[in-house]
Amino acid sequence: MRRRILSVTALAAAATLTLAACAPGDNTPTTPPTDEPTAGGTTDGEAPAPEGEVVTDIASLGDIELTVWDQEVRGSQNDALVALNEAFEDQYPNVTINRVSQSNDDLQSQIALALSGNDVPDVAQVNNARADMGQYVAAGQLTDLEPYAEAYGWTDRFGESVLANSRYSADGATFGDGNLYGVPQTGEIVGIFYNQTKLDELGIELPETWDDYFAALETAREADEQPMVLGNIDQWPAFHVFGPLQANYVPVDEIDDLGRGNDGASWLTDGNREALEQFGTWGTEGYFGSSPNGTDYDLASVDFAEGTGVFLPAGNWLGGDLESLMGEDVGFMAPPPGIDGTLASTGATGIPFSIPANAANVDAAAAYIDFVTSDEAMALIAENGGMPVNDTAELAPESGVQRDIFEAFDAVSTGGTLLPYLDWATPTFPDTAGQGFQEVLGGQLSVDEVLQAFEDDYQAFVGE
Amino acid sequence: MKNRKGRERPSAVVRSGVTPYLYLLPALLVYGAFLLYPVARTAQFSLYDWPGFGPSTFVGFDNYLALLDDGRFLAAIGNALYLILFYSILPLVVGLVLAAILRRGQVRGMGVYRVLIFLPQVIALVVVAVAWRQIYTPRGTLNQMLGLIGVESDIGWLGEPNLALTAVGIIGFWLETGLVMLLLLAGMNRIPNDLYEASRLDGAGPIREFFAITLPAVKGEISTALVLTIIAALKTFDLIYMTTSGGPGSATTVPAYEVYNRAFQLKQIGSASALAIVLTVLVFIINVFVSRIGEERRVAGR
Repeated sequence: MRRRILSVTALAAAATLTLAACAPGDNTPTTPPTDEPTAGGTTDGEAPAPEGEVVTDIASLGDIELTVWDQEVRGSQNDALVALNEAFEDQYPNVTINRVSQSNDDLQSQIALALSGNDVPDVAQVNNARADMGQYVAAGQLTDLEPYAEAYGWTDRFGESVLANSRYSADGATFGDGNLYGVPQTGEIVGIFYNQTKLDELGIELPETWDDYFAALETAREADEQPMVLGNIDQWPAFHVFGPLQANYVPVDEIDDLGRGNDGASWLTDGNREALEQFGTWGTEGYFGSSPNGTDYDLASVDFAEGTGVFLPAGNWLGGDLESLMGEDVGFMAPPPGIDGTLASTGATGIPFSIPANAANVDAAAAYIDFVTSDEAMALIAENGGMPVNDTAELAPESGVQRDIFEAFDAVSTGGTLLPYLDWATPTFPDTAGQGFQEVLGGQLSVDEVLQAFEDDYQAFVGE
Repeated sequence: MKNRKGRERPSAVVRSGVTPYLYLLPALLVYGAFLLYPVARTAQFSLYDWPGFGPSTFVGFDNYLALLDDGRFLAAIGNALYLILFYSILPLVVGLVLAAILRRGQVRGMGVYRVLIFLPQVIALVVVAVAWRQIYTPRGTLNQMLGLIGVESDIGWLGEPNLALTAVGIIGFWLETGLVMLLLLAGMNRIPNDLYEASRLDGAGPIREFFAITLPAVKGEISTALVLTIIAALKTFDLIYMTTSGGPGSATTVPAYEVYNRAFQLKQIGSASALAIVLTVLVFIINVFVSRIGEERRVAGR
């Protein structure tokens, strides 16, 4: 009996607490109702009105503490940002930068929580994807940077294919077009690393077309070499192999719509089927070794450095480590031109710098973003071993794999097309496609079943 | 009672029926704030469609109904039940044998063995997972050892849909055996030695001894071990998160990983909360069942 009384008390306590709580999302502090942001609008008590009131003279703003949340924790990127922050504080002694730096995974989960409140950073690196930037734009949580782009001339500084990766329509429905919500500092490109010694031994010329590449894989296979290396236990690395390959079968504008989750394309096309079939064949017939799904990403690149495999399709971020392990033996190429003859590869920009809608110091934040993406900043980033998004060809190192990477990025970003990462497409696509690629690689599901899952995810999103 | 007249009369507060609860209040407040309140909020979230920020929509029990024909959720439950074999049943069998051997005390360096077998429990799970991930890679320790005994293998154990869950299960077995053994050993050490001496006089061998004396005496410990390890199996998250992320495909996904994935990756807080509630209820039911069996047996045993 006594036990029952206690549990009744506990239940009553729980019930009271539940009643006291209101519907999820209601009790989070948002902007006061009077200036609740309308779709994509950014009016806020302290933020400047979108037009006419942009202040670029930061020295006149009085003492400011500028809070910056970034994810540039890796050696070279960290060094560059530290130097830039110091230079910014030297130029504007009234500004103190409060830097909070953490890994990208941590940063993105914290931003999701922080943006709905009032205590937001002034500048934050927000991932371009639908799941992140797209949702925040739709919820009116990011500042539209168009007025600042005009004031600081960002549209001249950056190529349009670069800025497109941070553009959304004000309601968040369209990705790649519309207002600017972020500005990037570094570039990224997915391509193909190769082992030069092995190419020489096998007598393979550097492939210039996809057919050359396929032939090179066969040559390697006949010589009992593992043609390619892929460590896909974490599911996302497969995106960086399939993405470039897809351009050999599917026109660039279709990939663009699929990758950005914009209406009007379909996964159920012959091109996508051929691409995924080719990808699956590579998996089931051992072109990536015995078990790409059971192989660790980092271990795979170490294996490659130690002589396993001829090609390693991956992003430029592996360049530094591979160069230190392999020296002159490693090279990097952009994927061969795609089906419509243009140079195209998955790649984009580093995580762009954005300003939350509720930020306290929007003008200073915009000046900071301008500063860390200026030409001088680009030179500083290159000096520290990063790949700047602008002036890439001029700032390229003298030689080595980093030179290959800079040149490949420059060629694709200026003369070709940077394709979106496919996991940007919808909030659930990283999951759907991450699984699907594993299932095709391991032969668990057929190509058609996986394509259907992709199509369902995509259509459910664009149909909303 | 005896000295009542010599003392002051107890105050109204002390005599009141509320008094016991005043003593409980501090603990109850902590319990309520950090357990009951989150559970109640989770239950509430499960009735909404909510991405984790911005406005929410009340959807009643739709999130629960959706789980009913959610193949991935059902597969996750199935996987968790399969893991019970590795987290609970096998550790119990092996733990019983090990404890019985160690109890007899004729093994030299018994303390060392005890520490070694319990060691996996002490290591942080993240470290355990990273280590096993390396062991299971195609060029990993497992395949190298198989090579030494003449079995050439280049399987990526965590990458094969049919093997991955078992591979994860073996990590769980390695983890839990030590705990189970230690619990059972503590129980066995309480058994008076004269019982064994008496049985030996009656001519019982070690095996007869085990079934006639040891096993009935540790039924309580067995029940405790089962409850602990079944909970561990059903709510396992860190191992899956660190080794396979539920892959390949969704071959190794478990309910707790699905909760995390839906809440923090897919931003479907409602569905994640519904799943968490179902998981909690499931864990609760299974464990009430297991501990009931334990209690009944103990009563019957006497």
